[in-house]
Amino acid sequence: MSLRDNPLGELKVPLTWTAGIVFIVVLIAAVAILLSDRRESFDTDAYGNPRTLSDKVMAPIGEVASTPGRLTGEGVEGVRGYFFAVSENRRLKAELENMRQWRDVAIALRDTNERYRTILGLKTDPPIPMATARIVTDSRGPFANSRLANAGTEKGIKPGNPVMSENGLVGRIVGVTDGVSRVLLLTDAASRTPVMIDRTNARAILTGDGGPNPKLEYLRGQDPVKNGDRILTSGDGGVFPRGLPVGVAVKGLDGRWRVVLAADKAPIDFVRILLFEDFTQVADTKKLVHTIAPPPTPGASTLPPPEVAPKPPAAGAAPPAASPAAASANTPAPKTTPAAQPPAKAAAPTAKTGVSATPAAKAPATPAPKAATATPTAKTSSTPPAKAAATPAPKTATPQPKAPAPKAAQPAGGAP
Amino acid sequence: MSSGGARPLAPWRWLGVPMLQVMALSLLFALPMRFWGLGLPEPVFALPVAFAWAVIRPSMLGPLAVLTLGVFLDFLWGTPTGFWAVCLLLPYGLVLGGRSWLAGQSRVIMWLWYGAATALALGAGYLFTMLDTQNAPNWISVGWQFLATIILYPFADRLIERFEDADVRFR
Repeated sequence: MSLRDNPLGELKVPLTWTAGIVFIVVLIAAVAILLSDRRESFDTDAYGNPRTLSDKVMAPIGEVASTPGRLTGEGVEGVRGYFFAVSENRRLKAELENMRQWRDVAIALRDTNERYRTILGLKTDPPIPMATARIVTDSRGPFANSRLANAGTEKGIKPGNPVMSENGLVGRIVGVTDGVSRVLLLTDAASRTPVMIDRTNARAILTGDGGPNPKLEYLRGQDPVKNGDRILTSGDGGVFPRGLPVGVAVKGLDGRWRVVLAADKAPIDFVRILLFEDFTQVADTKKLVHTIAPPPTPGASTLPPPEVAPKPPAAGAAPPAASPAAASANTPAPKTTPAAQPPAKAAAPTAKTGVSATPAAKAPATPAPKAATATPTAKTSSTPPAKAAATPAPKTATPQPKAPAPKAAQPAGGAP
Repeated sequence: MSSGGARPLAPWRWLGVPMLQVMALSLLFALPMRFWGLGLPEPVFALPVAFAWAVIRPSMLGPLAVLTLGVFLDFLWGTPTGFWAVCLLLPYGLVLGGRSWLAGQSRVIMWLWYGAATALALGAGYLFTMLDTQNAPNWISVGWQFLATIILYPFADRLIERFEDADVRFR
């Protein structure tokens, strides 16, 4: 039968209909793709292979395309530096004079801090290694604020690593592959950052909304913040280290407290990616809790005789001198007490050491008085070791005095 | 005698080339550059093209091209995959459905229609972001992107003028 004889041979479907059907199918497919996206997870698999591949392709393109602009900017800066060298020199001299005073204050504070650390037996965080990268693409819209940086897994970068410019915190890594990583900016609507107000130590969550100034949410207390207060990362939750400079608080036009980001002072071209891994991320908490204590050394004077069973201390009574050491072998993060302090004074440093990470091995090194050991042992045993390390010692990362100074708004010393 | 108007319109001419141009422009505006301390705006270059495609003619390839552009923007800007595809397809469908009303309208009226399509796309983006992040995006930023996008209508107009009558079957 020829086509002409076919009764359906003359049937023509209008193109509008077919286009409409294709449109509906494509729309359904797009919605399905959107619903299946999981970008909130710190997991490379969740970031997705297509996105990883596209980042890998776009990073070198962006790098090449941004080269002329970068070179032009450097040339303009060079010319400007030549013509404004005298005024720049004057400004730098004034700044240097100011900084010399701050240097003296910093040296004095460092000395004081070291003495306090020695007295309290504090163990501060080790220095954080970092990788340098250059930003190659930048999205600034209201729905996404992210950038691609030209460094990836080959430099040890992982999802969750904080990213800083020379002025302050920029964001964190949300996706990484070989040679490229994507930085989620603090201004992105999906960004939440635990911060604190430096003056009052009040906590808040810095919430991006696609605008230039993210909001401070979940503020607590009476007048916890005022205009010009410096905002730092609090370290709560363990994603960011404590004390990274974020910006300055301002009252927004909508009546909310917002933050003028310190990183916005200059174009963000080069960034430092902190290879920060919180103790809660690297430690196997279950394994730590179930660690079997080693057998006591025969003849050791610091250990109790094996045949003596430990008795629970009565309320208010002091345990035997050796019991903290034995307890410290089972609980991985007990805190030492100040050695030569009376029990009444030991309360204040105990509260401080509750948020620090003093290893158990330090306990025998400081001969604790009997009366002082009862409270800290109870305190620290109720605190999980992972939590203790999550919040490093306050103020040690930011050795900035509270004294007012013309350059106090520049949070230069907070960077690790 | 020239028979250019009688030839069927090749898809690469009205779909492929504009799509590549949009990709290049979007990438250019995504470079980290500042002028006098201010960053570049971020207009949605794909919107005038999607609007023009729906006006020029109904096509089976049109929605697929819009989907491709949307996914490209998602990968470039870091939005959830499918976000811009849906945001672009919605105005595309709206304009495709109202194509008979748009025929023969003046440039100003078409610009208003284009503004409505842009508002629909950004409104959808606002809603999706709010649902995804449990957080409302900044209205001022959305407004700036809206303004930066609606001034791109001359590009859509040029595309429409060039290809609306290019295929005699759709005159």
